[in-house]
Amino acid sequence: MVERVFREERGRLLAALARRFGDLDLAEEVTSEAIEIALNRWPVDGVPPKPGAWLMTTARRKAVDRLRRDKSYAARLAVLQVEADRAGPAPAADADGELPDDRLQLFFTCAHPALPAEDRVALTLRCLAGLTTPEVARAFLVPTPTMAKRIVRAKQKIREARIPFRVPAADELAERLPGVLQVTYSIFTEGYAASSGADLQRVDLAEEAIRLARILRRLMPSDREVAGLLALMLLIHARRDARTGPGGELVLLDEQDRGRWDRTMIEEGRSLVVAAVTGGPAGPYGVQAAIAALHDEAATVETTDWPQIVALYDVLLALTPSPVVALNRAAAIAMRDGPQAGLDLIDELAGEPLLRGYHPYLVARADLLDRLGRRADAAAAYREALATAGTTPERRHLERRLAAVESAGS
Amino acid sequence: MKYLLLINAGATTAEGGAEGCTPADWMEYDKAVRDAGILVSGESLADLVTATVVTVAPDGRRTVTDGPYAETREVLGGFYVIDVPDLDVALDWAARCPGARGGGNIVVRPVADFG
Repeated sequence: MVERVFREERGRLLAALARRFGDLDLAEEVTSEAIEIALNRWPVDGVPPKPGAWLMTTARRKAVDRLRRDKSYAARLAVLQVEADRAGPAPAADADGELPDDRLQLFFTCAHPALPAEDRVALTLRCLAGLTTPEVARAFLVPTPTMAKRIVRAKQKIREARIPFRVPAADELAERLPGVLQVTYSIFTEGYAASSGADLQRVDLAEEAIRLARILRRLMPSDREVAGLLALMLLIHARRDARTGPGGELVLLDEQDRGRWDRTMIEEGRSLVVAAVTGGPAGPYGVQAAIAALHDEAATVETTDWPQIVALYDVLLALTPSPVVALNRAAAIAMRDGPQAGLDLIDELAGEPLLRGYHPYLVARADLLDRLGRRADAAAAYREALATAGTTPERRHLERRLAAVESAGS
Repeated sequence: MKYLLLINAGATTAEGGAEGCTPADWMEYDKAVRDAGILVSGESLADLVTATVVTVAPDGRRTVTDGPYAETREVLGGFYVIDVPDLDVALDWAARCPGARGGGNIVVRPVADFG
């Protein structure tokens, strides 16, 4: 319980200190020290009236001490002091005990395009979600020392190339915000559909991504794509319990027990979709959220508003043309116009290099052949899809479908 | 903070401009860098065929060869060293450089500070 409070506080402290000292390592060390001191002292002395400000002051003192002790840091401290003065007086936050929230700056720093994509996700989990390095390593299924090395390297680049801790100016924001949203969504998709391992879903990671998106939403309340991303994740995550069967196997959308969908989460997602798609042309996350909302609103697969979903995929394809979006659109058309129409579109996409060996493409193709009753072709397609199945539950699902096709054929 | 902008120019035209930009673009950029007060140094390099490579072996013997030969279409055409507050500002200046267009690119490297 105490840990949850500190976890939230930790991100804010870390962001403020990183911005002030331009050094994530130093910020992390003194943040941990300040929290440790608080954990020892508060139960004895009582919680101070302004806990956030108390932690900040303690951490800042620790940082200055450390910089003074270390000669190579001393020169940097002088430079930082001069730059801080030039940038204007430090925000007078301590006055009312409310610290300014610098986490938005940290989001943009962690998602800076100068960092390798996988490091951006790792840094965001480490610095903003507050996961420990072993936890981040587990999320990526890599050994802890490997992840530690990557995080060290990323922090080194931030420090030495001087990647700034700042929110990009309005003219740059349109270019940079998608990177931040992409990092958050990558964390979610890894949680939603683990790329490997024994479990189909990593609920912890998906929830971490939702938590991050909620912070982003608080920090950028008027951004519609932020609303769209949060809506999208809530509307998908609402189905988590129905997505796996008793044995942990994959249950597809059309076979899910819709009574097990999380109605509260769907309602929250739907109201966010409204914010995301009104007041101007919607962005890609808003459109995807609208599609997810249509799925969640339908009582059955048959009564799903497929024409509307196809129309939204048309919009999405215009916004972000990609073979993957085209594939999803083809699947929706199969539901609207029948499996043959979908299969025709899917076969048109066969030459796309991005879809070569792409698991969902192979599964979708197998499914349509199955529905058309082309048993031999479907069996071959299921076998091809099986070769690329990443998780055990997915594999079992495909084996089941393959067996059904084969027994029907004999 | 000093940054080196390494200009890997794309194919050059007879007039010396890269594809997608003219010598006038370069002059304008050069003036902008100077006027902004961020220029530390900068040079445009002579043609790659004039380059020579020197290596010294462990026994101290010196080898001089012709080259290097460009392995890609882009060749190092020149550089700027600029002094700006952070990487984002350096990236902005790199993006404005005509060498970033027409298939060229700019590599931005912070200059190590041993002070």
